[in-house]
Amino acid sequence: MNATAEALTGDTGAMSAADLSNRTDLGATVGDVTAKNPRMVCRAVDVYYGDKQAIKSVNLDIGHNEVISMIGPSGCGKSTFLRCLNRMNDTIPAARVTGSIKLDGREILDKGIDVVPLRAQVGMVFQKPNPFPKSIYENVAYGPRIHGITNSKAELDALVETSLTKAGLWKEVKDRLGEPGTGLSGGQQQRLCIARTIAVSPEVILMDEPCSALDPIATAVIEELIDELRENYAIAIVTHSMQQAARVSQRTAYFHLGDLVEVGETDQIFTNPQHKLTEDYITGRFG
Amino acid sequence: MNSAAAPTPATGGADKRVIDYVNASLKRRYAAERRFRALGLTAVALGLLFVTVLFVDIVSKGYTAFQQTYIELAIVFDPEVIDPEGRRDPEALQGADYAKLVRAALKAQFPEVTERQDVRALSAIMSPGAPQQLQQMVQADPGLIGTTRSVWLIANDDVDMVAKGQIDRDLPEADRRVDDRTLAWLDALTAKGQLKKGFNTGFFTNGDSREPELAGIAGALAGTFYTLLLTLSFAFPIGVGAALYLEEFAPKNRLTDLIEVNINNLAAVPSIVFGLLGLAVYINLFGVPRSTPLVGALVLTLMTLPIIIIASRAALKSVPPSIREAALGVGASPLQAQFHHVIPLAMPGMLTGAILGMAHALGETAPLLMIGMIAFIVDVPQGFTDPATVLPVQIFLWADSPERAFVERTSAAIMVLLAFLITMNLTAVLLRRRFERRW
Repeated sequence: MNATAEALTGDTGAMSAADLSNRTDLGATVGDVTAKNPRMVCRAVDVYYGDKQAIKSVNLDIGHNEVISMIGPSGCGKSTFLRCLNRMNDTIPAARVTGSIKLDGREILDKGIDVVPLRAQVGMVFQKPNPFPKSIYENVAYGPRIHGITNSKAELDALVETSLTKAGLWKEVKDRLGEPGTGLSGGQQQRLCIARTIAVSPEVILMDEPCSALDPIATAVIEELIDELRENYAIAIVTHSMQQAARVSQRTAYFHLGDLVEVGETDQIFTNPQHKLTEDYITGRFG
Repeated sequence: MNSAAAPTPATGGADKRVIDYVNASLKRRYAAERRFRALGLTAVALGLLFVTVLFVDIVSKGYTAFQQTYIELAIVFDPEVIDPEGRRDPEALQGADYAKLVRAALKAQFPEVTERQDVRALSAIMSPGAPQQLQQMVQADPGLIGTTRSVWLIANDDVDMVAKGQIDRDLPEADRRVDDRTLAWLDALTAKGQLKKGFNTGFFTNGDSREPELAGIAGALAGTFYTLLLTLSFAFPIGVGAALYLEEFAPKNRLTDLIEVNINNLAAVPSIVFGLLGLAVYINLFGVPRSTPLVGALVLTLMTLPIIIIASRAALKSVPPSIREAALGVGASPLQAQFHHVIPLAMPGMLTGAILGMAHALGETAPLLMIGMIAFIVDVPQGFTDPATVLPVQIFLWADSPERAFVERTSAAIMVLLAFLITMNLTAVLLRRRFERRW
């Protein structure tokens, strides 16, 4: 862990574990930012909203077949960072993103990159469930249709069924695919949004506080779903709930005021945080 | 006011509690509210009163126009007059002197009229269009030639006015438009049941005419229809496209702000200026045929565009951004997100704006006067490049005419125009109500 911190910051002075745990400065990230099987590699990512810097030089990997959760107090920039990964910050005129973000080795922050296929490869589930005001079938079929993924109606039907099954929604809606998606309950709507996202076969799924608008039972269903999806996708989830992060993720990243303060295995972060700020947050001293 | 924030029920007595101050001010506050409500009610009542007065005035003047006076005469379809050569040649049938038949029938009806002046006055009770009625009958069925039929022919506008009581019979003869002997003939016909008022179908099927009894709004309606159709086809796509561009794709800079300010200003430009523009640019520069629905539509498009653009922008803004984000999130391009998701949701608002714009254009007169739609046009236009007039202009022309009978016809045309406007506005309101909050 120390070696990696050195390599990234160029700080060759050896720091003891005790020193690290007393650190309150926002210097280099503590912990291993890399993943075993990285899907996305972010280096020196800065985000500016006008003159204000929202994300400060963040390095992080998103690994395949694992869930990484991003936690931190309100306004620390975790959602902003998440939105960089599929360039949704492009829709905000004042936002400026610099640095390097690579998806499977290809740089996505280049000006010439077409964001349309990027967003098919890096899908997003939003905080408030936002199904299209169309039928359930149409919600899931829209993505594959515009990308031309399927060749026939039969294929499309099969894809819709598969996606809804993977999202754990098929049994509940298979008899009413023609009904509007907005007529479902909150938890069902969010699962529909997840089905919509996985219908285009992304490689990475980003989830921005997906359960914050749902009741505990719906939350439990979604968390189970995330665990199943982990087998096929790389998942990055932003969450306000530390319990959820502890339940659902394998790695956890702690953000504070735009800095990535600490990254590590979830167990280690929650039982033995290295940085003082992390410890303060986890023990509830602020945030 | 007590500086203590919390009311102090314990101390009561000498100290005035906060709640006492509140209660003291209540009377004043409620009185102010009542006054305001009364003012609002008065304003609404006044508005309704004016609208009612307007409607009652127009309807009371106009409803009689939907009836027309007819006189029944026994017409002898004399072959000597209609078809002397007996070949049933269409040209001969067309050009025959049907007026002679009418005069003959009148003579048979009133054999005592012999003086030349009186005979002329007698023929004048029939409309100049009566011979044409006979012509159309014979052309449709040449078998009528040689027979004698009772035909209900259109009466002249003065007779019409007498029958409807618009001409005061009690005035001295010198001040009256219709003299005593004419009145005597009319009374005789009425007594025999040969004078009646029937539904004025000609009002809806005829084009304009100098004779009030033959004048109709068919030409104006056709012209209005063609003009509005073209206006909608031009204004709607351009307006929606402009709104879409300004809302979604335009960069947020000075130029865009300038465009927006100008569009809002355009909505306030006096409409006659657009007419002048149409005259100078469309007719003189581009040579678009004058007085046609085409040039009328081009001018009205300019006038309607600001309304449609502003309404469409409001509709687009009202779609929640989460829908757009969701579409972008699955990899739709910005244009796809707009067309597949945002526009369908904004469509009711856009349609409402379009209908309101059309209702606005329907009532416009001033710009169309400038481009020549004030001409006296008799034929019903058949296409977009035929000379035409529109309903508001027709009303304007008739309002200027001297004949008494045109007064009621003007009001009747206004009623038709108002009926269209009310229908269009009602449709817009119902559409808006129905599609509100669909998600």
